Amino acid sequence: MALNLNPEEARMLEGADGPAVALAMRIIVGLAEAKGASRLIDVTSAHIDSCLFHGQSGIDLARRLVDLGGTCRIPTTTNIGSVDLLHPELIRADDEAAAQAKRDGRELMELYARLGVAQTWTCAPYQHRPRPGFGEHVAWAESNAIVFVNSVLGARTDRYGDFLDICAALTGKAPASGLHLESNRRARIHLDVSMVTNSGDHIFALLGYLTGTIAGSAVPVLGGFSDPESITEDELKALGAAAASSGGVALFHVVGRTPEAPTLAEVCDPGSVPVVTLTDDDLKRAQAELTHGTGDVDAICLGTPHASLPELRALAGELRKSPGHALTRPIFINTGRITLAELDAHHPGDRAVLAEFGVTIVTDTCTYLTPVLDPAVRTVMTNSGKWAHYAPANLGLGVVFGSLRECVAEALR
Amino acid sequence: MTAIITASTASSVASHPGRILHPGRTSAPAQALEPLSFWGGVDLTGAVVDVHHPAHGTGLSGWVVVMPASRGSSSGSSVLVELIRLGTAPAGFVLSEADAIITTACLVAAELYSIDLPVVLVAEAELARIAAADSVEIAADRD
Repeated sequence: MALNLNPEEARMLEGADGPAVALAMRIIVGLAEAKGASRLIDVTSAHIDSCLFHGQSGIDLARRLVDLGGTCRIPTTTNIGSVDLLHPELIRADDEAAAQAKRDGRELMELYARLGVAQTWTCAPYQHRPRPGFGEHVAWAESNAIVFVNSVLGARTDRYGDFLDICAALTGKAPASGLHLESNRRARIHLDVSMVTNSGDHIFALLGYLTGTIAGSAVPVLGGFSDPESITEDELKALGAAAASSGGVALFHVVGRTPEAPTLAEVCDPGSVPVVTLTDDDLKRAQAELTHGTGDVDAICLGTPHASLPELRALAGELRKSPGHALTRPIFINTGRITLAELDAHHPGDRAVLAEFGVTIVTDTCTYLTPVLDPAVRTVMTNSGKWAHYAPANLGLGVVFGSLRECVAEALR
Repeated sequence: MTAIITASTASSVASHPGRILHPGRTSAPAQALEPLSFWGGVDLTGAVVDVHHPAHGTGLSGWVVVMPASRGSSSGSSVLVELIRLGTAPAGFVLSEADAIITTACLVAAELYSIDLPVVLVAEAELARIAAADSVEIAADRD
């Protein structure tokens, strides 16, 4: 099947909109041909993950695009970078290599800023308006942002490699393949949660971890929730982020909650997809698998993905229950700079509680991959399935998984 | 856009057709692998550092990697471009899935550094035969 470009796309490829657009089109067309796409589609927004520093080549591409006059032609947000630009002193530079990585990380973020992005520096851009509507095609990167925009908002993005995000932002185009296509959005496996009786804010991260290990990169549908309409966006965020970490899940459906699954029959042929029943024992196993190491907890890390306003307020609420107590272990919480500004503007009392207890608020980056924690920290407690999945390898740390309430209790113990 | 993959062992030479995911030419020893994540799975010398991967400790620099597809984080593209820039990448790839992470990396490396790492797609059954080769030659030329 050959790739057909419309006249506008052909002109962009030939350079009519400048050399940066032509370069970006060569990459999009090359990928579309490799994927066997028959056409490109127009995308209405992009979310960039390539602004996180992985090496000199990332800087080389961003600088090339800046030098060629590139500028985003659709609304484009940025994922986290390697530096907290609002609180750069939080990022440790204990040796020359770390100091160089911090300089490189900042340079890359500055180059992306020059390409005309909205500097959101958050992995949870969906926590801010405007956001993509149902059925809208977008080009979003970063696994948790991808799974949220596909599953919870019902917009459509595929999983791409790094760099395709900025190419889509410069052109407004993406290959018509993968999850952009209706037929690839049907569920291939059915997870029945009707036997699960446990409750609590941490259940969704555990369900997400199990979903990823069972589904791999297939599209799962979760059914059997007793009150699906009451499931919050924060709970779906935790589920998706964990499923995209333990597996390659880029889209999930929840019957009666997510927009493509008003009923089970809408997203699959219930008689022909395999069914896996999840139980409280499975949740217990998931919690054990997300816990690595046996040492005492030295620090608490929350906000992976970036905490929402309700999550920041819930932390303040938990701390408020123990007036006069002091933290015996530091609490770090990652959030977006826009969310933090909202907390300051509308809930100064909650911000004051966080400050009073000495909670460290990290913006623009994330504690699971940037050196924020003291090198003496050996074991961390988190309520994030994603943090628990990646940190042992990224940071060489032990992890204990628990609910927000358990994390706060540990910090005050 | 057909590529020719020539797989050689001590006693045989066989040609296989493939589809070009990224053009280029190479001739190098072959390394068959289980799906591998470049992000977190390979260091900057091109060695497999994922302790859970069966090829842990194997150097991939200069070899033709024969595997179904990569796996894991989309940041694998960044790592592979970095390997190509440093000259420590594999010499080419023979895959059985149209892998976006590897293909995008090769497209970007071609733009930035004018280095073309061939990536070709073959049927699963062909992949198994090519995986048994000692060395592989890839001729993937766009018309």
